[in-house]
Amino acid sequence: MGRALARRMAARGDRLFLLGRDSEALARSARDLEARGAAAPVSWAHCDLLEPEGFEDALDAADRALGDFDALIVSAALFATQEELEADPKRRAALLVANFANTVQLCELTRARLLARGGGTLCVFSSVAGDRARKPVVLYGAAKAGLSAYLEGLDHRFRSQGLRTVTVKPGFVRTSMTEGLAAPPFAGDPDSVAARVLRAIDRGDPVVYAPPIWRAVMALVKRLPRALMRRASF
Amino acid sequence: MVPFGDVASALAALGIGGFNDTSSMRLVVGSSTQPNALNQDLGGTTSTSTWPALGAISNTLSAAGGFPVPEPGTGLLLGLGLCGLAGSRRRARRWSAGRRRSRSGTLGRLRGRDETAMVAMRRELSGWGRLPVVEGREEVAEELEAASARAQLSRGLGRSYGDASLPASSTDRVLCTRRADRILHFDPASGVLRAEAGLSLRDIHRIFGPRGFASPVLTGTAYVTLGGMVASDVHGKNQHVAGTLGAHVRALRMRVADGRALEVTDESEPDLFRATQGGMGLTGHVLEVEVALERVESPWLVAETRRADDLDTLVDTLQSESRRWPHAAAWVDCTTRGRGMGRGYISLGRYAARSEAPSAPPRLRERVAVPFDLPGWVVAPWSIRIFNTVFHHLHRNTGSRIVSPQPFFHPLDFVRHWNRLYGRRGFAQYQCVLPHSSDGRSVQRFFEVLTRLGGASPVSVLKNCGPEGRGVLSFPMPGISVALDLPFRRGHTQALVDALNEVVIESGGRIYLTKDALTRPEHLRAMEPRLARFQEIRRKWDPDGRLRSALSVRLLGDAA
Repeated sequence: MGRALARRMAARGDRLFLLGRDSEALARSARDLEARGAAAPVSWAHCDLLEPEGFEDALDAADRALGDFDALIVSAALFATQEELEADPKRRAALLVANFANTVQLCELTRARLLARGGGTLCVFSSVAGDRARKPVVLYGAAKAGLSAYLEGLDHRFRSQGLRTVTVKPGFVRTSMTEGLAAPPFAGDPDSVAARVLRAIDRGDPVVYAPPIWRAVMALVKRLPRALMRRASF
Repeated sequence: MVPFGDVASALAALGIGGFNDTSSMRLVVGSSTQPNALNQDLGGTTSTSTWPALGAISNTLSAAGGFPVPEPGTGLLLGLGLCGLAGSRRRARRWSAGRRRSRSGTLGRLRGRDETAMVAMRRELSGWGRLPVVEGREEVAEELEAASARAQLSRGLGRSYGDASLPASSTDRVLCTRRADRILHFDPASGVLRAEAGLSLRDIHRIFGPRGFASPVLTGTAYVTLGGMVASDVHGKNQHVAGTLGAHVRALRMRVADGRALEVTDESEPDLFRATQGGMGLTGHVLEVEVALERVESPWLVAETRRADDLDTLVDTLQSESRRWPHAAAWVDCTTRGRGMGRGYISLGRYAARSEAPSAPPRLRERVAVPFDLPGWVVAPWSIRIFNTVFHHLHRNTGSRIVSPQPFFHPLDFVRHWNRLYGRRGFAQYQCVLPHSSDGRSVQRFFEVLTRLGGASPVSVLKNCGPEGRGVLSFPMPGISVALDLPFRRGHTQALVDALNEVVIESGGRIYLTKDALTRPEHLRAMEPRLARFQEIRRKWDPDGRLRSALSVRLLGDAA
């Protein structure tokens, strides 16, 4: 979804800077985005959600390249199934730390910079898994729930100062992260999700569900009685 | 029916008073006389109305019996409850069934998986004709170089019809390239594009069309990847002028069987370069493709149509018009026997000059989709004949008109998932090229055999082909190419393909492996003297036979 979103922004000529773990892949993606219309050059810096000490350097590099960026989009996260996480404590720790604590740290550093510039947009990919605890995604969903709550808090606290937060809550989307899992109904595709997210970023919508049907689905799921959630297998 | 007033008087006579219009006792008495609790308000103790007159939902039960009607309220609650249960049960079942499937398929590999390694999902795989359908493991990866080390075959968007992109066995792993679609370099001066193998023709249109460039070879569908186009050495309506895609490919980056990733050009490794074009993925995994795009003044086309009433006229017109038009192909009705046999129309086109064309770019529109499989009996000889007759009469000779490139080049994309029209049984595509014979009747002989055996194809396309490409197994050769859809009928279709292959062998022609599902290996050997050279190059680059596909097992004698 990050790639689809970046391509959409490139197609309209935005200036982009990439953060990621694999420099070789970032270089190729940067060239791809330049070829698709992004304002040249598209540079990149190493940034790993499991290495919070590197966040400041990465953000500095982005500032230098873009001349003080005005929006950060965090589309990276770790994923693993509930079974995998219950079985592997190291993986569990990595997922919880990367998806919640370190993402919040990154957002805090970014928030400070954006507010110092008078405002900006912070768009973070959370998930519908954070809306209500469900058996197959208890741990993953818990981290996402924390993240969603934090972003909502940011919206309450800093919106008046110019910080716009966009929380993206994708339902099941067919991406490489979910490859190998059977798709439930209402599964989305990355490009249409990206279109919705871009519109939300432009407008500053605080919460985006993509595909939109998931807003209704989760509204229902949030209201299901506990007894039903204990017995259901979704 | 007992009016409440009577009850009240009777009770009053017994000395029990206080029952009147306003006492709540009226409701109790009222409701006790009939089982329907909804109609409780009798409208007063002095009322002489009966329940039916008051609009009761049900009659009272009389001593003689009647029928009990359940409370409507109960019915509603029951209904809602059942729906709710059914809904949640269905959703739970579908999701739990999904989880069961993924658990069995991927649990064995979960331990080794980290966030960068991709999981290969065991699933049913098939080509576009859905014939055959095999079980195998498919992995979709964004980083091809790493993932190709684990796979026996690469596949793109799966538009080959038969088993060319299918794994040789259920334990073999196929690497799907569709998410590896980054553009690595584009030089606007020369039009040379370098991209990852998963970039599709559709994306090339969308990205480079507005900049005045087009692929030099355009297949009938735009849902093909660069890697797939190279593996099939595809051709289009302009093959007689522009050749196959291989003529425009400058370089490939490939991972060969021994694990090395190489830059392959006609200068550095000519045998590997030429064997890979049309090599059906059997020489190695294509990771990147460097191809020269064609500069076009305008994406719009000037098109004309010619109608022909029989096969001889059609073939002659196709040949003669091809000398004047860079894009030419013919659609043929091969279901009519006798005089009308081989009637059809010829579609001709060329890119418009900027002065002729609209300045606005053509819209790439979203198409309708066939949402589900049709039953197998829908596409049958009788319906095909009707379709062909209607189609023929719809097309007349036309003057020049400006057309959008999408319907002209990619008519197959007009309806998405059109392979579902053939139902679950699937269909066999058959394409061969028949070289010009001394008597000029090779095509006629082919169609005579086809109609004699009752073969009916809804969509049959003829193309006059020009010189051979440099790919070792490249399909086109000077002559006429015939492409047919054959709805699959057990027993009959195989016999039909055998008979057609015998005609092809006799004419000195060959078949297009990208379309093939049913050809016998001995027929292929008889029509392809180039096979020996191809196998020799394969053995040189892959002595242990690590790379293989269902097609190579069927036709080239690879071990399963």
